[in-house]
Amino acid sequence: MDLGFLGWGARGWGDEFFRGALMTLAVATCAFLLGLVFGSIFASFKLSRHWPLRILGDIYTTVLRGIPELLVIYLIFFGGGALLTSIARGMFAYEGFINLPTFAIGTLCIALSAGAYSTEVIRGAVLAIPKGQFEAANAIGMSPWLKFRHVLFPQAARFALPGLGNVWQYALKDTSLISVVGLVEIMRTASLGAGSTKEPFTFYTTAFLLFMFLAWLSQRVFLRAEKWADRGVRRST
Amino acid sequence: MDFELIASTFPRMLAVLDKTLILAASSLAIGFFLAIGLAVASLSRFAVARSLVAGYVYVFRSTPLLVQLFLIYYGSGQFRHAFEAVGLWALFKDAWFCAIFALTLNTAAYSCMIIRGGLQSVPWGQVEAARAVGMSSVLAFRRIVFPIAIRQALPAYSNEMILMVKATSLASTITIIEMTGTAKNIISATYRPVEVFLVAGAFYLTINFLITRAVQALEIWLNPHQRRRSNRRTRVAVPR
Amino acid sequence: MTNRKTLALALALALGASMLAQPALAAMKSKITIATEGAYKPYNFKDSAGNLVGFEIDLAKELCKRIKIECTIIEQEWDGIIPGLTNGRYDAIMAGMSIKPDREKVISFSRYYAATPIRFATLKSSKFASYKGMMDAITLGEVDDKEKAELDGIRKALEGLTVGVQGSTTHESFMKEFMPGIALKTYAKMDDMILDLEAGRIDAGYTAVTYLAPLKEKNKDIVEVGPDMTGGPLGRGVAVGIRQEDKELREAFTAAINSTIKDGTLSKMAIQWFTFDASAKE
Repeated sequence: MDLGFLGWGARGWGDEFFRGALMTLAVATCAFLLGLVFGSIFASFKLSRHWPLRILGDIYTTVLRGIPELLVIYLIFFGGGALLTSIARGMFAYEGFINLPTFAIGTLCIALSAGAYSTEVIRGAVLAIPKGQFEAANAIGMSPWLKFRHVLFPQAARFALPGLGNVWQYALKDTSLISVVGLVEIMRTASLGAGSTKEPFTFYTTAFLLFMFLAWLSQRVFLRAEKWADRGVRRST
Repeated sequence: MDFELIASTFPRMLAVLDKTLILAASSLAIGFFLAIGLAVASLSRFAVARSLVAGYVYVFRSTPLLVQLFLIYYGSGQFRHAFEAVGLWALFKDAWFCAIFALTLNTAAYSCMIIRGGLQSVPWGQVEAARAVGMSSVLAFRRIVFPIAIRQALPAYSNEMILMVKATSLASTITIIEMTGTAKNIISATYRPVEVFLVAGAFYLTINFLITRAVQALEIWLNPHQRRRSNRRTRVAVPR
Repeated sequence: MTNRKTLALALALALGASMLAQPALAAMKSKITIATEGAYKPYNFKDSAGNLVGFEIDLAKELCKRIKIECTIIEQEWDGIIPGLTNGRYDAIMAGMSIKPDREKVISFSRYYAATPIRFATLKSSKFASYKGMMDAITLGEVDDKEKAELDGIRKALEGLTVGVQGSTTHESFMKEFMPGIALKTYAKMDDMILDLEAGRIDAGYTAVTYLAPLKEKNKDIVEVGPDMTGGPLGRGVAVGIRQEDKELREAFTAAINSTIKDGTLSKMAIQWFTFDASAKE
């Protein structure tokens, strides 16, 4: 096993892995944030009074949590551009292409799945807020925006953090699947290196360790975030 | 919408449905037993056992399944001679073995935590009662602790089962022909992803639906004390 | 409420207007992006520093010089290379892609610039290595009796063995059309197939002789078996893939390729990368 392959610079793949790791982090972060947006939207659907919205929310979570991510990626990647282009042509009479950069496609794929899991986490977090809090807020005449800002958001965020930490780990690991989209992240770097040097064990082990490191780092970040969110809260345990 | 394509994709999916199911079922079954052992070890008195299990779980939960799969499949190929010397190459040569091996190790890590949660949620009173009645630890485990633990763990485990069915799709990346791989081949050949996605997605969703329903039925069967009592006739001592 | 509705409407209009404001696809752009795979030596691959190099990289730069446009070369995994083109992510494909009728349904091709024969490869220790071919080369377009006998012989020799190819390639089409019933494994990358060949998971691989040449140098256990094959399901030569509506770009590439043939540049490049002249002749 020749570890020289992992060196930096011309001969080694070390700098490729570094760039790949940055790409992995970038995609995971954007996908996670976009997934939060989707999650918030669909969680509010699922908690809504109107049954069509609730059904829409249910469809989204059931479909995207039940279908393999790889299949979703194939759909978006092989058909996404065409879908968007036809929407653009139909609605805006746009003649050219919707040129979604590769990064956006990869992010969208992961965000859709991460959003489905985020929906459940956010919904659970909102439901965990004692109803009394809202009643009190209404009693003192808070507007919907104030209620959101002072009652719903801070407490839901606190309850949701552990679950969202899981969603983040999920998004991070999903980035390995989007090499088909052409993004050069950790997995594709390892695959290219393994193929051209005929040392798959070296390269995939490196990828393995890199992911472990990123997971460990994320865990630390989320623990600190949870500590921050829990400040001033008396714990029963 | 190309309905003819949908019609022709359906039988192709059906033909490989059993591959997906075999992959999921075997890795879940073996992984489950492995997970029981790991869960018990993680609650043991010996710090070494606890740390080993903790390390194993951490490693397999923090890395993507795809990396684990490639490492096992292509990585073992690099050390073919070492494996041959130990007589294991015949196993690792086979893509199916590698896939089930990787899936099993992966699900064992997650299931271990689920079963552990179930074990920890058994009310202490039950264990005390078992001891008071004179049951040995093993007997208490077999007759009291484990059944209760499994009952508590069922909802979370059904989630894990669905995740495993989804995970089988990754076997297509190491030359195994199952549903997602077949879907991809059809999409590459026809450039019509939406129709193929609808069919393949429908298959996966149906499997998940059936799993969820089956586990719900299992939960009801295992929780007779939570069933509705309308038909139960109770004998009550009524003073005349 | 009215304010919010107005805001939403304004945003929608702005979005629509911004989409329309994007430059409409000009008749021919002055800057294009060319996609390649980066894993098909020596057509296109990555050197140890991670840069894209190869016959097609050099050819792309030369053709763009002659067409007088600026081009950027990016890499794209083989599976998604055609959808990427039709989705507008890049403007041309130069990835060792052969002209094939089912590809022509979706995209168009310039004239071909190279053609390399395809051959079986196996490990010296394999059963298939003992097969003695009768012919040196076969063209699969019109198969005459001698060629048919050869193909039948190969098929018999492969019975019970497993062959590996890269997925969605002309090589796969050949195996499916001419060697039905032989166990076939498809891989996302050629390199992965070789990994499995060396590991003994497949008994033979089927790929371009130009890909096999550097491989045989590195690994003395790999031998070629059977005749060189061209034509038929193997396509009509490697060409530049272009969207069907980009007629001007296609003609520009064809003209540029013709000019490189005429002044011998193409030949020189081919000999440099392939060690034999695999370039198109006229």
